[in-house]
Amino acid sequence: MRALSPRFAALLPALLTSTGLLAAPDPADWDAVLDEARGQTVYWYAWAGDQRTNDYLDWVAGRVDERFGIDLEHVKIGNTAEAVSRVLAEKQAGNDDAGNVDLIWINGENFAAMKANDLLFGPFARALPNFALTHPADHPEVVTDFTLPTEGYESPWGRAQITYYYDRDAFRGDSDARETPPQDIDELLAWARANPGRFTYPRIPDFTGSTFLKQALIELTDQNEALYAPVEESDFAAVTAPLWEYLDTLHPHLWRSGRQFPASGPEMRSLMGDGALTLAFTFIPSEPAAAVADYELPQSTRSYVPESGTLGNVHFVAIPFNSPHKAGAMVVADYLLSPEAQATKQDLDVWGDRTVLDVASLDDDTRALFDLDQQNPAMLPAGALERTLPEPHPSWMTALQDAWQARYVGQ
Amino acid sequence: MNTPHRLELRDVRIHLGDKTLVALDTEIAPGEVLTVMGPSGSGKSTLLAYLAGFLAPEFQAGGRVLLDGRDITALPAERRGIGLLFQDPLLFPHLSVAGNLRFGLPRAGADKAARIEQALARIGLAGFGERDPATLSGGQKARVALMRLLLSAPCAVLLDEPFSKLDTHLRQAMRRLVFERLREAGLPSLLVTHDREDAEAAGGRVIDLSS
Amino acid sequence: MMLRLAPVLIVTLLVAPILAGLAMALLPAFGYLPALGGEAFSLAPWQALAAQPGIARSVAISLASGLVATTLSLAVVLLYLATATGSRLDRWIRRLVSPLLSIPHAAAAFGLAFLIAPSGLLARLTSPSLTGWERPPDLLIVQDPWGLSLIAGLVIKEVPFLLLMSLAALPQLDAEHRVAMARSLGYRPAIAWLKVVAPALYPLIRLPVFAVIAYASSVVDVAMILGPTLPPTLAVSILTWFHDPDLDQRFLASAGAILQLGVTATALLAWWGLERLATRLMAGWIARGGRRRGETGLRLAGKLPILLATGIAFAGLGGLAIYSVAGFWRFPDALPQSVTLDHWAQALPALGGPLASTALIALGSTLLAAILVLAALENEQRTGRTASKALWLLYLPLIVPQIAFLFGLVVVMEQLGTRPTHGLIIFGHLLFVLPYVFLSLSEAYRRIDPRWTQLALTLGASRNAVFWRVRLPMLLAPLLTACAVGLAVSIGQYLPTQLLGAGRVTTVTTEAVSLAAGGNRRVIGVWALVQACLPLVGFVIAIGLPKLLWSHRRGMQGAP
Repeated sequence: MRALSPRFAALLPALLTSTGLLAAPDPADWDAVLDEARGQTVYWYAWAGDQRTNDYLDWVAGRVDERFGIDLEHVKIGNTAEAVSRVLAEKQAGNDDAGNVDLIWINGENFAAMKANDLLFGPFARALPNFALTHPADHPEVVTDFTLPTEGYESPWGRAQITYYYDRDAFRGDSDARETPPQDIDELLAWARANPGRFTYPRIPDFTGSTFLKQALIELTDQNEALYAPVEESDFAAVTAPLWEYLDTLHPHLWRSGRQFPASGPEMRSLMGDGALTLAFTFIPSEPAAAVADYELPQSTRSYVPESGTLGNVHFVAIPFNSPHKAGAMVVADYLLSPEAQATKQDLDVWGDRTVLDVASLDDDTRALFDLDQQNPAMLPAGALERTLPEPHPSWMTALQDAWQARYVGQ
Repeated sequence: MNTPHRLELRDVRIHLGDKTLVALDTEIAPGEVLTVMGPSGSGKSTLLAYLAGFLAPEFQAGGRVLLDGRDITALPAERRGIGLLFQDPLLFPHLSVAGNLRFGLPRAGADKAARIEQALARIGLAGFGERDPATLSGGQKARVALMRLLLSAPCAVLLDEPFSKLDTHLRQAMRRLVFERLREAGLPSLLVTHDREDAEAAGGRVIDLSS
Repeated sequence: MMLRLAPVLIVTLLVAPILAGLAMALLPAFGYLPALGGEAFSLAPWQALAAQPGIARSVAISLASGLVATTLSLAVVLLYLATATGSRLDRWIRRLVSPLLSIPHAAAAFGLAFLIAPSGLLARLTSPSLTGWERPPDLLIVQDPWGLSLIAGLVIKEVPFLLLMSLAALPQLDAEHRVAMARSLGYRPAIAWLKVVAPALYPLIRLPVFAVIAYASSVVDVAMILGPTLPPTLAVSILTWFHDPDLDQRFLASAGAILQLGVTATALLAWWGLERLATRLMAGWIARGGRRRGETGLRLAGKLPILLATGIAFAGLGGLAIYSVAGFWRFPDALPQSVTLDHWAQALPALGGPLASTALIALGSTLLAAILVLAALENEQRTGRTASKALWLLYLPLIVPQIAFLFGLVVVMEQLGTRPTHGLIIFGHLLFVLPYVFLSLSEAYRRIDPRWTQLALTLGASRNAVFWRVRLPMLLAPLLTACAVGLAVSIGQYLPTQLLGAGRVTTVTTEAVSLAAGGNRRVIGVWALVQACLPLVGFVIAIGLPKLLWSHRRGMQGAP
């Protein structure tokens, strides 16, 4: 036994690393992180409902393997909450250092839930070398998730904003005199009256549908400031009364007379493709153009952002507290912020998801990578995404979902 | 193959519940065919199952069975050395005719193929080895079944109404063939039947279970 | 010795995970889940459950769809058997029943949705010529609040299952002689069948019927595709709660899982009541001695529904196929404006990994199941005892709703420190594959003439030699069919794969369902078609291989 002990001592560091007992990597010492990351397998739990997104993740996997020796595995899930549930189940089982999830694509209520339950590793985001390119001082949205400060527990990745789209050839305005699509929530009602059954929104609690509720509430209520604080701090009934009144009026003019709603944004898109709807919206601004390319929508599809502006938010990646490959996960998160990865992601032929970098502050050559393709008629006109409304506090999302279901489910 | 064998049934009793189905104490000499007769339900099939080693657990049996003086009562069926001939020829449908014959041949022993060809010739089926048993006539099948039994070199034979499903003209010929071969091989045999003609052709003692 | 262990091993493998999973659902249902701060028992989760909007309706729909779908499926099968036995239609249907059974539920549901939706194939074929529709009609057809399309989808899949189970049981009954006897007394054939065969057949297929009730009242994937939405069925709601980012919902979800168990139990109980009623009515009908009345109606009722169910299933697959190659396809065009292989070209590179995983898991679990089942059946043959009581346990995984115990099982696995691997998923699939393999094989195994064994033994073959050289080759065809059924069951599993594999292991089915979230019908068409065709490969082998092997053995052609 005594003769063996020196050999055991030599093995000790390796043993500790492999079981994850070693202290979590310190993002401040980036070279050490890169060293540790080499050879790790990073399991990235990311929503996989879109072929183009999956293809982009595949491309990223190839790049991080080439450059950092990291084996990135996209774990395809239908709903981000599945990954949250898994981390929770692991915590429940006392698995504190050998979790299955290394990286999650996340934002909003999922982030709020994980953070509140101490399921996240961090802070790490500010220490990522490429993070500075986002210029958080000028763009507070990259460090704020549904009004909650991210405090470095998630790293920004891309942007989403409500974008409306319609079929130009089938489109009729709210009267013979007007041919323009509705530019605010009141015009939307008028248009729906004139075109019954031609508009709808995804069934709550789908996130695109829930975002529509928030959008309508922001436009309808006169107590906007209440939305940016926890819902408990205001009179929910009073703040939301105009919303319910509006929806009660709107529903009979919707698709299926508001007795049924599509399950998700993509299902709404299918209804557009069938010609059942003539006006719809998405949270991914490039989606209509991508769907035209995939034969899902007609060539006559056009996108716009109403003059009133629409809700927009940033989506992030986060690392669970019990990930055994935190170094690898951080290197991937950093690579996702690189101009190369961000520009490829924004390319409409790849995915079309907008960058979170501060493009204006990049050098000329790098900036040229981000030039948008303005030729595609289904794409938004330049500058349309400047009219962005910030997300309310995440507690509003849950409260609105509950209230909607209590009001419209099982009636 | 021609060593004489002797089968002894010592005070064999088979019960189902309180009812005694069979009570037998007898001895079958080499080459002798003992016929057991009785209507269905009289217990003759149960007797066969008992002797072959397949008695269903709901029956209780007492007594001993000796084969060449060796007590085989507790042995499993495959080690008793007792062969069976059924009503149906039961040629394995997934094997060729030769394959069926080979199935019964003891594992040891050289030139199996030659022995099989020879055996086929003896029952007038030379060259039938690779045939599908399903293509044989009823009489041919019965002969193959008999030859398969003999090739397996049993020390005693049980016959379970082996002629009842044959056509009348075939029946005569098969009876002659079977009993001749069994006698020739010096095998003690027990024939179970309800056909008196079978008993007469067997030419041995007859025990009637119904009486 | 190993053989003797087989039945015990099977029961442990099937029962232990279910009980453990249920226990881990039961604790949080009463507020106990320390990881989430649930330290004390309480009824709060149940109060929250009762307060869920539309919960009563969810429960009612789950109950009703379970009972109605089962009644309809059983009626279709019995009427078909009563009227069509021996006809040309019968030969057709018997040939189609295995492929039909092998279509995964999700693929069949997508097919039905693509067919009957307001913008589906049927509406397109009849528009605008017959209907005058220029746009998809604003009708509540798929996902209707009454669950009618859900019931239709279930019936399409359960009819082949019950039919196969009935066809397996019928040979025991000597139906031809019974019917011939009744006909000689003046009964018309269909009425004769219903009066003298059906009452004897039902007890033999009772357990499969219970499995159908349990499945139909708790199904997740079909209900997500075809079921009502406001509110959805209870099982779908539970899944939503389990996946809710608000982690406190886990208590609610666990209470829901226990409620689902209750709903399924209630459905079974209600069925038992219906059985009683039906027995009385049947007894009266039989005793009255009517011989002719209703025969013509019965003949029609026997053939039309099964034709409809089969036709819809295959037309749905056709719809999937068209979508998988469709360019832009505007309503009401009956066919797409252009045809493209883009969707296939895009999917092909991504198919390899999931296909390999699917094959590995399906083959692994089926092989294990086949070995265990053969061991158990062989043990039964050698000891002469049938484990009729244990049969109920075999049905446990088919009767306890998946959703009620799988989440708890994941927690148990976590607690045991089991890493999600293909092995763990194979073990999970075994829960569902094993019962089906057993059910498919046991009849053939038990029916094999005992004289073959006796003969082989008296020819000097050992017990093991009898198994390898007689029983196994003679049962090759049913064994392969049972394996094909096992493969099909494994390929269709979604929830166990996703949960036990931590989502890290993608199969064709998990990939199809996660892509379904993207709502792209063309991509769904591609994946659902792949998913539907995969089990067919197994059936083609199961039917083709024995034909090839036994091409020179006429006696094996019509073998059991």
